Amino acid sequence: MLKNYFKIAIAVLKRRKFFTFISLFGISFTLTILMVLTAFMDDVINPTYPDLKRDRSLYIGHVELRNSKEGWMNRSSPSFYFLNHYAGSLKTPVNMTIFSTNTAASAYVNNKKVVLDMKYTDAAFWEVADFDFTEGKPYDKSQIDGSQPLTVITEKTKADYFGGEQNVVGKYIEADNIRYRVIGVVKNPSVTSNTYYASLYLPYTLSKFNYKNTDIMGGSNAVLLAKTPVDREKIRKEYAQLVTKIPTGSKEMDQLFSHADTYFGDKVRGLMGSGTETGQRRFLLMMSLAIGLFLLLPTINLVNINITRIMERSSEIGVRKAFGASSKTLVYQFIVENLILTLIGGLLGVLFSALALNFINQSDILEGLHLSLNFTILFYGFIACLVFGILSGVYPAWRMSKLAIVTALKAQ
Amino acid sequence: MISLQNIKKVYRTDTVETIAINGISLDIAKGEFLSIMGPSGCGKSSLLNIMGLLDAPSSGQIVISGSQTNNLNDKSLAAFRNQKLGFIFQSYHLINDLQVIDNVELPLLYRNNISAKERRELATEALTKVGLSNRMKHLPTQLSGGQRQRVAIARAIVGRPEIILADEPTGNLDSAMGNEIMDILMNLNQQDGTTIVMVTHDEHMANKTHRLVRLFDGSQVQ
Repeated sequence: MLKNYFKIAIAVLKRRKFFTFISLFGISFTLTILMVLTAFMDDVINPTYPDLKRDRSLYIGHVELRNSKEGWMNRSSPSFYFLNHYAGSLKTPVNMTIFSTNTAASAYVNNKKVVLDMKYTDAAFWEVADFDFTEGKPYDKSQIDGSQPLTVITEKTKADYFGGEQNVVGKYIEADNIRYRVIGVVKNPSVTSNTYYASLYLPYTLSKFNYKNTDIMGGSNAVLLAKTPVDREKIRKEYAQLVTKIPTGSKEMDQLFSHADTYFGDKVRGLMGSGTETGQRRFLLMMSLAIGLFLLLPTINLVNINITRIMERSSEIGVRKAFGASSKTLVYQFIVENLILTLIGGLLGVLFSALALNFINQSDILEGLHLSLNFTILFYGFIACLVFGILSGVYPAWRMSKLAIVTALKAQ
Repeated sequence: MISLQNIKKVYRTDTVETIAINGISLDIAKGEFLSIMGPSGCGKSSLLNIMGLLDAPSSGQIVISGSQTNNLNDKSLAAFRNQKLGFIFQSYHLINDLQVIDNVELPLLYRNNISAKERRELATEALTKVGLSNRMKHLPTQLSGGQRQRVAIARAIVGRPEIILADEPTGNLDSAMGNEIMDILMNLNQQDGTTIVMVTHDEHMANKTHRLVRLFDGSQVQ
């Protein structure tokens, strides 16, 4: 039976080349975009160099002050002081690092401007994050305390600034008219790993911002490291307890919110969270809606094409029914045929995705980004194909199965 | 074998009501070869469709091989047609995307407990019977009209049904080919005892059958 369906599916595909092309193009193109996006999300969500301890890490990226009566709200990344003074007093983490959000600086190489992302860090930064040093070493606490103008740079910065020079440790790099001595060179972090990504790392004591300022808000992030992934819950609870006791430091604001979140939780809270609301439900809902809408368009297109494609086979439908096919059997046949079409589209989609990802990786559109098709993505792609095939096949098949035999036979 | 009791078929649109069959009662015996004649639009094909359970009557009873068919659901009707009936149409209604052998196998696909090998054997046998065993791998579009109708006959007999309903089987063919088809049908009737009901416009063909029923304006006149 299946062999017969397969034969006819292939014959129909061959016969209606234009429809087949439109259908396959729609399916494979949508899948390619979906799979590239999934590969990108996969790269963002899963631990990538140098953020390899993500399953043991909690991230503090936001602090929110509220006036509960008037509904005012002020939200930003916390200050170095806030993180150092409060989060630094936690007992449960085994390590903790505080670092700034990136600031842009300009450097000039042969009169050509190079924009560098600078990140000010403490010494623990090099313990919590897993950077690979290709040259030199990180700065230590005493060098930070001594405000020594040192920097760790990435290989890309090395190549951009120093060209083909072999060894750059001990050389100077000038950014925003300040000279820093290179103490180490690390492999390029991916730009999607935005917790640790920068092109130039500097001791926090060199920052133009006053890190001793006791304001609550002010351009810093912290990563708390637990002994085991399970231990993160203890840290989360301890921090939540602690936050309830932190004064808002302002008469106008009576509530303070800050959370130690997982990597994904922190990013989502940054986008959609508010107060105690994590924003994850809203985020998932919006993502599902977006993907649903994205899939809906080609599905409607396929439904349309399928109705035409199936209806012009009404004589075949009549014959099959006359010779003993029930409506249910026919629905099954047309869904199977449609699944064959979508799976061929899916295979093409995988091929195009592999090409697209290869192109993205080669062209270096995003620094240090290396996307790949893994089994999870292929699995999602396969599921998307099935959803496609079933959604776009069920309605036309159902409509067709309702066709009266006599009407179907007359149609030719 | 087939018993029609007071069959009526009325087609209704918003404004018009057309009576296609007006109270026909007919009994067809096992092994009989019956032809139905009448002018265009007199209800011949409608009657044949009702007899073949392809269309439901507006009122009246249909009993085939002792089974009352009026209350059967879609699935049971499909199974009943598959087991008991074979159809031959004027315009063949072959599936052009499938090879001749696959077209002939089609009724067997909807039968349980038949292996692919058995299907192939039965289809080959049916094609041999109509003299087309050398065209199995052809597509219907590669055959002449007479050959296509022979494939359609092979498809109708492959499941060994007790009854064959043929709607103007020679209507699209020249007289030589028409005679060939008629010979095959008569052979089926005489050798295998298959009951055949045939709608035709051709008096000459109709005279070859056991009995002739004439319709006019939805009623039986002979």
